[in-house]
Amino acid sequence: MKYSLVILGAPYSTQSATTALSFTEALLKSDHQIYRVFFYHDAVHCGSSLSQPPQDELNIPAEWQKLKQTHDIDLVICIAAAVKRGVLDNNEASRHEKNGANLSSSFELSGLGQLVDATEHSDRIITFGP
Amino acid sequence: MTSNSTKARKKVLIILTQSPCSGSLSREAIDYCLAAAAFEQDLALLFTGDAVLQLIKDQNPSVINQKNLTKTLSALPIYGIEKFYVDLSSLVKYGINDNLCLPTIKVDANEISKLLTNADTILNF
Repeated sequence: MKYSLVILGAPYSTQSATTALSFTEALLKSDHQIYRVFFYHDAVHCGSSLSQPPQDELNIPAEWQKLKQTHDIDLVICIAAAVKRGVLDNNEASRHEKNGANLSSSFELSGLGQLVDATEHSDRIITFGP
Repeated sequence: MTSNSTKARKKVLIILTQSPCSGSLSREAIDYCLAAAAFEQDLALLFTGDAVLQLIKDQNPSVINQKNLTKTLSALPIYGIEKFYVDLSSLVKYGINDNLCLPTIKVDANEISKLLTNADTILNF
């Protein structure tokens, strides 16, 4: 079955992204496929390459990056939600004249159309709430 | 976008749970509805829990530096969204009467259960 995930909660403030990570790993161990993971609302902070949690805590953004590298999952972050919260790729940083970009290269900034597309092409959409 | 107009459109149910001013998710959920409407999705909205507060008319959230969500909600029918359901028990809990900013159908727990069963895709905000 094809799954897409919608993640809404901020990493470290909520369990949302961590539960979604476990769910993704479970899907990958089974016969299911992941069509897309869409980060919306406060979950856009998962795309920051500047997070540095203490050594005894899970590095949530790094875990998503690992999944991208090992399984080539489509990790899409809502561009409007991200720019508003200071998660920028190089294009957005220069467009808005900011002095730095912080989006990890494992993620892509794109519009809500990508979530609409995911609802069309997935058998199941699972929301991980705020 | 690879939408195929010859295929039957999926029935998408959007469940709204957030109060209008508790955070930005209420607005971001409606932003999603507008985007999905632009892609001609078959949408139904269910207001439940604190989200029934979004339906109260004449709100003035500008005093706490928030945009007025009611105005955007009232515009949804213009974008082709026509199915609005509201959880009756939540309306009763908040003592909200009929004076809502959208033409809604009130639903009880059994009817909500049917909505969930009949939807092809459900998004929770």
